[in-house]
Amino acid sequence: MHWLGRPFNERSTQLFLLVLVLAVTLVTVLHLAVSPQHPLYVSGYTVGLLGKYLCFALLAVAVDLVWGYLGILSLGHGAFFALGGYAMGMYLMRQVGDRGTYGDPVLPDFMVFMNWESLPWYWHGFDMAWFAFLMVFLAPGALALVFGYLAFRSRVTGVYLSIITQAMTFALMLAFFRNEMGFGGNNGLTDFYDILGFDLRSNATGLGLFIASGIALAFGYLLCRSIVASKLGRVCVASRDAEARTRFLGYRVERVQLFVFVVSAMLAGLAGALYVPQVGIINPSEFEPLFSIEIVVWVALGGRATLYGAVIGAILVNYAKTIFTGVMPDAWLFALGGLFVISTVLLPKGIAGVLAHRFRRREASNTTKTEVPA
Amino acid sequence: MNLWQSMARRDRVFDFLAPTASSVDVRHGPILYLEDVTVSFDGFRAIDNLNLTIDDGELRCIIGPNGAGKTTMMDIITGKTRPDTGSVWFGSRHDLLTMNEPEIASLGIGRKFQKPTVFEALTVFENLELAMAADKRVIPTLTARLTGEIRDRIDEVLTMTGLAEQQHALAGILSHGQKQWLEIGMLLMQRPRLLLVDEPVAGMTEQEMERTAELLTGLAGKQSVVVVEHDMGFVRSIARTVTVLHQGSVLAEGSMDQVQSDPSVIEVYLGESEEAA
Repeated sequence: MHWLGRPFNERSTQLFLLVLVLAVTLVTVLHLAVSPQHPLYVSGYTVGLLGKYLCFALLAVAVDLVWGYLGILSLGHGAFFALGGYAMGMYLMRQVGDRGTYGDPVLPDFMVFMNWESLPWYWHGFDMAWFAFLMVFLAPGALALVFGYLAFRSRVTGVYLSIITQAMTFALMLAFFRNEMGFGGNNGLTDFYDILGFDLRSNATGLGLFIASGIALAFGYLLCRSIVASKLGRVCVASRDAEARTRFLGYRVERVQLFVFVVSAMLAGLAGALYVPQVGIINPSEFEPLFSIEIVVWVALGGRATLYGAVIGAILVNYAKTIFTGVMPDAWLFALGGLFVISTVLLPKGIAGVLAHRFRRREASNTTKTEVPA
Repeated sequence: MNLWQSMARRDRVFDFLAPTASSVDVRHGPILYLEDVTVSFDGFRAIDNLNLTIDDGELRCIIGPNGAGKTTMMDIITGKTRPDTGSVWFGSRHDLLTMNEPEIASLGIGRKFQKPTVFEALTVFENLELAMAADKRVIPTLTARLTGEIRDRIDEVLTMTGLAEQQHALAGILSHGQKQWLEIGMLLMQRPRLLLVDEPVAGMTEQEMERTAELLTGLAGKQSVVVVEHDMGFVRSIARTVTVLHQGSVLAEGSMDQVQSDPSVIEVYLGESEEAA
């Protein structure tokens, strides 16, 4: 498993992990050790908000892996995120037990409301945490496997692939809106009580979920880096730039694409699963094509094919969104559109591109040229 | 080919009885035979009763006016085009007409196309690493290590192609000539027995041509090399044996001097090009 350890030797990864650990520790300390009256106190609400940003950051890393390195512009990654979220939501729903409004020990409220006699078959098993957490990865992974197999085998790439990923998430949105699907229709799944026995309304659980999101982001980042830094990562870049030539060298490009696409979908599912307990609801709006496009904007603004750029982009755009929707909600979409135009015109390589450029200039002036081992 | 169909054939032993050794049998000398090969496209005979033999370790130049069938011949050898009649053998063991493109490539026939395609976002070193003969399935590629052996092989090819100094440069910033050498280097990483090189010096400067000539003559002996080229000066500088193709068949074969003094060759090809030059 030496390939998993490779990123630890990279300076960018070390720096990224250091910043992430420091940020998570700082928030934890400011939340626990500072009195609520103090101006530096971080409230439980803010911790939840930051946890949400970390989940989006992980989602952006997953999108950057396929878009930046493989050249597959997925406009449907929100679907994988939402499937992971639904798997977690179903677990949380089963944990409610007889505390729901109708007090049914097994059936969630919306099923009682629709006069369902028993639990649909696909809801079985979700009362067990291990099964639900496994499904967080398997459900989006299976969708990506089937979808990717069909698409990559027929060599669908470029704009056509982007359009069918968009169609995929739209179709799933329509399906999940239907009450008969058994996922709570347009209300989705909500009114959760606890996760693994911890009360979801307590600040301590919120902090735990925030830290878990930080760990998940670190894990996702490291996994993506190990793929990117391996020979497989170089095959990805090769197939992104000259697919036919890569095939001619003997690589099965469609299998490489499928593998990376499935890994990316599973990471998106993990992000969704951590997102749901922190916001307390999952509904079909996460399948909206607009959300998937927004993810792409985060990555574009942060900088493609760097991974850390995706994290920066996701956090900045979502912070801006929180501010904007609070101050003038109607202007948000214009601001988002403006950001995208600005990043395309002025920052073609995103924020990460600017950072890397600065860093390289400083290094060039500080040190003489050093040989980089391959 | 379908297993049952292949078992029903009476002109050879069952496939599973045939020797599976992939090594090329060159005990009889030639590494490549083309015999009575004919291909027509919509009635036009691109290759007309072509006979050609390349010896093991030979450097052979193939010249001929446009439309003489040079590229079609390469397509037949690499399995891209199937001839209507004739036979094509690699060594005396492998019938190339029964194999598909990847199989032929893995047998050790490497082809360099006219337009260089290297991976511009990767370094020269990484380009060679990807081209190396290795287990190319997904998981082995993910867990592949850069061993000393691989590094040595890459260094060897870097030296051969004269790209050692550029090994950490991105392939995208190389000059046209350097890209051509990198592409030849990528073929060499697969340790081919036979290299097919299509117009290697098109668009090159004088110095680059000299370097390319050195590179190709250095390869001969270890590998067999077939060069298709228009540039007569370049052909003269590397050629030992020259084959002149005309209208899909061999017009003349021999040393450059013999070929140049052949009246039929002068008539169809050299005369014109000499005047033009």
